[in-house]
Amino acid sequence: MPAPSGPSRLLRLLRRNLVVIAGLATLCYLLLPNVIVTVFSFNKPNGRFNYEWQRFSTDAWADPCGVADLCGSLSLSLRIAVWATIGSTVLGTMIAFALARYRFRARSSVSTLLFLPMAMPEVVMAASLATLFLNMGVSFGFWTILIAHIMFCLSFVVTAVKARVMSMDPRLEQAAQDLYATPLQTFLRVTLPIAAPGIAAGALLSFALSFDDFIITNFNAGSTVTFPMFVWGSAQRGTPVQINVIGTAMFVIAVLCVLVGQLAGGRRKRS
Amino acid sequence: MAHPQAPAADSATDSATDPEVPPALRAAARRKKLVPYWLLLPGILWLLVFFAAPLVYQASTSVQTGSLEEGFEVTWHFATYWDAATEYYPQFLRSVGYAATATVGCLALGYPLAYLIAFKAGRWRNVLMILVIAPFFTSFLIRTLAWKTILSDGGPVVSALNSLHILGLTDALGITEGHRVLATPLAVVCGLTYNFLPFMILPLYTSLERIDPRLHEAAGDLYAKPLTTFRKVTFPLSMPGVVAGTLLTFIPATGDYINAELLGSTDQKMIGNVIQSQFLRVLDYPTAAALSFILMAAILAMVTLYIRKSGTEDLV
Repeated sequence: MPAPSGPSRLLRLLRRNLVVIAGLATLCYLLLPNVIVTVFSFNKPNGRFNYEWQRFSTDAWADPCGVADLCGSLSLSLRIAVWATIGSTVLGTMIAFALARYRFRARSSVSTLLFLPMAMPEVVMAASLATLFLNMGVSFGFWTILIAHIMFCLSFVVTAVKARVMSMDPRLEQAAQDLYATPLQTFLRVTLPIAAPGIAAGALLSFALSFDDFIITNFNAGSTVTFPMFVWGSAQRGTPVQINVIGTAMFVIAVLCVLVGQLAGGRRKRS
Repeated sequence: MAHPQAPAADSATDSATDPEVPPALRAAARRKKLVPYWLLLPGILWLLVFFAAPLVYQASTSVQTGSLEEGFEVTWHFATYWDAATEYYPQFLRSVGYAATATVGCLALGYPLAYLIAFKAGRWRNVLMILVIAPFFTSFLIRTLAWKTILSDGGPVVSALNSLHILGLTDALGITEGHRVLATPLAVVCGLTYNFLPFMILPLYTSLERIDPRLHEAAGDLYAKPLTTFRKVTFPLSMPGVVAGTLLTFIPATGDYINAELLGSTDQKMIGNVIQSQFLRVLDYPTAAALSFILMAAILAMVTLYIRKSGTEDLV
């Protein structure tokens, strides 16, 4: 058989690695906006809108809070996300333990009630909660946002924690009890450490969901402005470069956190 | 909610009712039986008050008439549903069309990546996983706005498509207009596909990862070509992921109004945009409520049909 010539060899190489190429192309599609956000954080736009590249500048990085209300909305979003995470993680973990550990009659209706918020379009949930608040005469603001965020994060926490608790061996707890541990000791020393990764995953998820939520917040915030709402408004009024700076910083901080977590986890496994 | 005294399939049941057991123990067993209800109470109460009750309230709002000044009253005015449906059916159809196209796009783009991570990544698996989840951490509104830059009229994407004469073709198909991409259906679908792609990749990856790679070897040993192996072994086994992924993409995409608002024009309004403007700008709460219920019912009907067709009823 004669050796295949250049182009046909290239074609065969492409065909053999089609999945790899297609997969990496998708990854590029996913990461492209992040690259653009990062690049445009070093832009010096001519007008109010930061959509076209003009020239390199680090002005926005030197003064990330230089735009009125931006850092205020950011800190509000962070505060809401922290409280929503605490609230939904505590409530969600309790539900997850009840579902994973006990058999009781309302089990299936509880599961349905938990599944629905995840399967419902956000705009429907947002509008109905806002209707309720309107008619009860509640004034919109921090508390209505927090209530709404805990509501929609709850199901995600339950799912994450339940998966972890379900996969854990109940004999570990029996063993602790056999060794004369009190129920409280068993829970604190055995159950909680094993469930911790699930709880952490749920907490992380609800923090991200709460921090990034726009639709439900938009309906239930009144005149209060969270960070996503600030970004939304700026899309109409003109986007300051500082938004790109914060977007880039969030990305970098998150990736660093994940890397540190991975390294710490790897080290613990080795030791 | 179930009654606390309801018989549970717990071993405690017997000792709680058995007269042979001493009363102190019986009381302890009864207390233990109440534990799950105490654990559930705060969270479920939260969901009942702030999720379920609003939906019921919304249902009553949808049959009210009135105005903001005079107040609203329940008049069982079901015609609101009919009026809303006839007036906004183009937006409904558009939402379903865009969401379905985006879902197919997500499946086509997400499957190779999920497959790559599950079977071919080796020690790069964690890195690739992080790269899939990482975009999540930049606010999705900021990332959606970045698409404005990517698809801008003078940008590289539009010039490349133009020089390949693709935009002339898509213009003729009605997906784009006037040799530009922004403010056209293509831009909205592109944004939807992008925003919901991770929701497709993660369930696909989970179900692909569970497949034993030895099944691939076995198929190969039985002289199946790679494509046949995929068609007969891999894809059927990944069906739970496909169904979960398509639902996780389609449902939120149908109700979305951010992509249509930021990347589209008034010609690309989806039903979410209508609900949002009826509720927040026009302040016509009955119409907004009726539209929400029609959207919910439509999604429920489509999802039920889809789950039955795909034959994985045990999933949900």
